[in-house]
Amino acid sequence: MIVRKSDRVLVQGITGKQGTFWTEQMQAYGTTVVGGVNPKKAGQSHCGVPIFATAKEAMANGGFDVSVMFIPPAAAKAAAIDAIEAGAKTVVCLTEHIPAHDVMEMHAAAAEHGTRIIGPNTAGIVTPGEGFVGIMPAFNPRVFQPGRVGVISRSGSLGTLVCLNLVRGGHGQSAFLGIGGDPMIGTTTKDALAALIDDPGTDAIALVGEIGGSMEEEAAELVAKTDKPVVSFIAGRASPPGKKMGHAGAIVTGDRGSYASKRGALERAGAVVVDVPGDLPAALDALMAEAAKRSGAQRLAD
Amino acid sequence: MNFEEHAGKSVLARAGLSVPQGRLCASAQEAEAAARAIGPVVVKAQVPTGKRGKSGGVKLAATPEEAAASAQAILGMEIGGFPVARVLVEEQAAIAREFYAAVLNDPASRSPLVLFSTEGGMDIEEVAATRPESLRRMAVDIRKGFGPADARRLLLGLDLGEAAVPVAAMLVDLYRVYRQHDAELLEINPLALLADGRVVPLDCKLTVDDSALYRQTDIAGLGAKEPLSALEERGRALDLKYIELEGNVGVLANGAGLTMTTMDVVSHAGGRPSNFLEIGGEAYTKGTEALDLVLSNPGVKSLVVNFCGAFARTDVMAGGVIQAWKTLNPTVPVFFSIHGTGEDEAVRMVREELGIEPYDRMEDAISAAVEAAR
Repeated sequence: MIVRKSDRVLVQGITGKQGTFWTEQMQAYGTTVVGGVNPKKAGQSHCGVPIFATAKEAMANGGFDVSVMFIPPAAAKAAAIDAIEAGAKTVVCLTEHIPAHDVMEMHAAAAEHGTRIIGPNTAGIVTPGEGFVGIMPAFNPRVFQPGRVGVISRSGSLGTLVCLNLVRGGHGQSAFLGIGGDPMIGTTTKDALAALIDDPGTDAIALVGEIGGSMEEEAAELVAKTDKPVVSFIAGRASPPGKKMGHAGAIVTGDRGSYASKRGALERAGAVVVDVPGDLPAALDALMAEAAKRSGAQRLAD
Repeated sequence: MNFEEHAGKSVLARAGLSVPQGRLCASAQEAEAAARAIGPVVVKAQVPTGKRGKSGGVKLAATPEEAAASAQAILGMEIGGFPVARVLVEEQAAIAREFYAAVLNDPASRSPLVLFSTEGGMDIEEVAATRPESLRRMAVDIRKGFGPADARRLLLGLDLGEAAVPVAAMLVDLYRVYRQHDAELLEINPLALLADGRVVPLDCKLTVDDSALYRQTDIAGLGAKEPLSALEERGRALDLKYIELEGNVGVLANGAGLTMTTMDVVSHAGGRPSNFLEIGGEAYTKGTEALDLVLSNPGVKSLVVNFCGAFARTDVMAGGVIQAWKTLNPTVPVFFSIHGTGEDEAVRMVREELGIEPYDRMEDAISAAVEAAR
């Protein structure tokens, strides 16, 4: 799920205003965009790549690995299922406000075909210096620099802030994995964490969570098992219960999805959870220094 | 969108399910007339929240006079923050047993989940904790649906006797209603087995996905309106997600995550945010309207403008804020933190046009705003 330059990207909804703008940004950054989808403009080209009627047609004519959807909510299910049935390895679904029953149909189709869905309601994924898929400012060097810290975030805006803080603190990123703010997303915090733990380019992980659901609690199981330092900030501590704070998934009902539960689970697993996002780089420095000392001691013992 | 009991039951009835006879009443007189027509009744507060029974919002009435007195007592109560303006006056059922049934969106399996328990009338969390053996759950492949065979499999091994058949049919019907209407939750508690062998919903809790209301137009009008403050209504009309809070530090940020975080940092610095309002996504061009909204809250003593632009360009957002500032000419102090896309231009604009120096660190801007609000 970490985007690589070798990944061939298809843009569903390439001809729209956002599709066009972000396709150009992705191309300029080095992402390998191989085509777009718009049934009404099939056969033409746009942003220098061919337009296909469907994702299946794109797969039959050169193929692709990742599809990114610039598709409005009412049409999102059909577009996602088209990409899934075409054999996409990954579908990055940026769309917010897709009806939940449609989202469940997308997930069922993805499970059957072995497709990874990132999102819905994600801002996308970035591998600094290599490529990005979605609507993140990968090209902004104050926010993204090649480096060794993997970042997971449910929110694009907060993820951007955290990356910016990291870069200021001298930490580039190995990957930014935006997983989305919906209640039922295809790639969870735990999935993203597993990918970063397995990634040899990642030395430490910044896990940006938020209230609602139980993904941070589930991810804590992996935090406990990894040697890579994990720092975290959880948004929504000051949000009143019972209200959806912009993200459909960010809602506390009863004890479910509370800040305390998430923070507690991560801390018990050994992560350092900070009160304000500006404290993340310092927390990371401290943990990485400790890890370096440990591995130094290990080398001496060997 | 939440549906009160009577509205949920009318959705069930429209879908062909049999529900108890009842009338929605707004006064004691209406309740009395309803009871005269129906016979012995239950008088139930209609509010889009649970725990009505525990709050005294449900009363039995054997006679029309008792129904009037019960309605009198219940109307005007406040339950879970909702004033009771109407009661449902419903026939008393001859209950043999009570069950629990629900269909809901399950984030863990990312699929519909059908729940059934032989322990009706209780909180389902309590049932799960104390009588787990009575609780059945089944994740459904949404593309295959939930049919009679699935229902029988779900109920296998439960002591239901003759009720097994009508309960299974009811579960299939409930799933159909859930699916037809883009429900997030359809919960029947209790689901009653009557003395005559019928299985009927005695209560109904229905929540329909707000994102699907565009295609649920036939029932959307039956749903309960969210209780919104005047400012929240104004935000809604502008297509801005504004939530009014009790504090005095106004918050304007972009993106849900960053806005929540701004509120958190206000609170961490010892202040209290006066609102949630984000102008991310397509709304990033609405800086002027948004600022007007934030400042219309009379409690606001200072303002934080926190932008971290990705897709949303900070220069466009800052332009909106500057324009609003010049039009509204507010007296509260404002503290800016601006980062990301368009940052240099945005900072320059704020500096030159408002004569205000944005803070380098968001935490510092927020601390200053909290200090100023004291």
